[in-house]
Amino acid sequence: MANDQTRAAGGKRPRPLSPHLQVYRLPVTALSSITHRATGVALSVGTLLLVCWLVAAANGPAAFASVSAFIGSPIGMVLLFGWSLALFYHLGNGIRHLFWDAGHGFDIATAEKSAYAVIAFAVGATLLAWIVAFAVLGGR
Amino acid sequence: MSDNTSSLRSPLGRARGLGSAKDGTHHWWAQRVTAIALIPLLLWFVASIVSLAGAPLPAVQAWIASPISAVLLLSLIVAVFHHAQLGLQVVIEDYVHAEGVKLVLLLAVKGAAWLFGGIAAFSVLKIAFGG
Repeated sequence: MANDQTRAAGGKRPRPLSPHLQVYRLPVTALSSITHRATGVALSVGTLLLVCWLVAAANGPAAFASVSAFIGSPIGMVLLFGWSLALFYHLGNGIRHLFWDAGHGFDIATAEKSAYAVIAFAVGATLLAWIVAFAVLGGR
Repeated sequence: MSDNTSSLRSPLGRARGLGSAKDGTHHWWAQRVTAIALIPLLLWFVASIVSLAGAPLPAVQAWIASPISAVLLLSLIVAVFHHAQLGLQVVIEDYVHAEGVKLVLLLAVKGAAWLFGGIAAFSVLKIAFGG
């Protein structure tokens, strides 16, 4: 409310406010939290790509060829790259959550460090997976 | 607490079974168990997929049909879809407050997880046994 400051000046403690999401720069811990949720939802949808791939492999050469062509197309590659990045982020941050569940790393300094560590892991693991995949592809 | 004087039931007795989901810590625990299972399963899966990049269909089928891959893939499918529907349930419960819409979405997510998981598992079994 607008009169929070007036009330604070009047001697009362100002009430805590929710961050205004359009003007408040989220701390990295908050960003990592909402990203965990967003990647979880995205991965749930992206898992359908895995289902398509398995169904095509079970169905025979024609279906497998068309799914392979889609995955190999620019849009397929972008989706797969996004899937892999989301997967490694959610995997790394999930491990971070498991440490919290066990009661470790809950102080703000550690939580901030581990948030950056998870981002570094996600980017590094994604790049590694794609570099090796292209090396395998080039070797065929 | 004040009405405790008018009842012979203990505070614990009255609270028991009255959590928001009526199932205590089961949801939370199942999410953790599937999460832990998914760590090695997904690392194995990604490594396998990477090594199969651009592989022809017979090679992919042979990989899926091998006993270790088939069992690990089935485990991965069960864990992934169970974990996904548990997580999506929490997201829906957090953001959707209209009771009817919430119920429909929850049932749709659980039904979709069951069906797509079934399709994926059936495909693995078909390749493993029908190959």
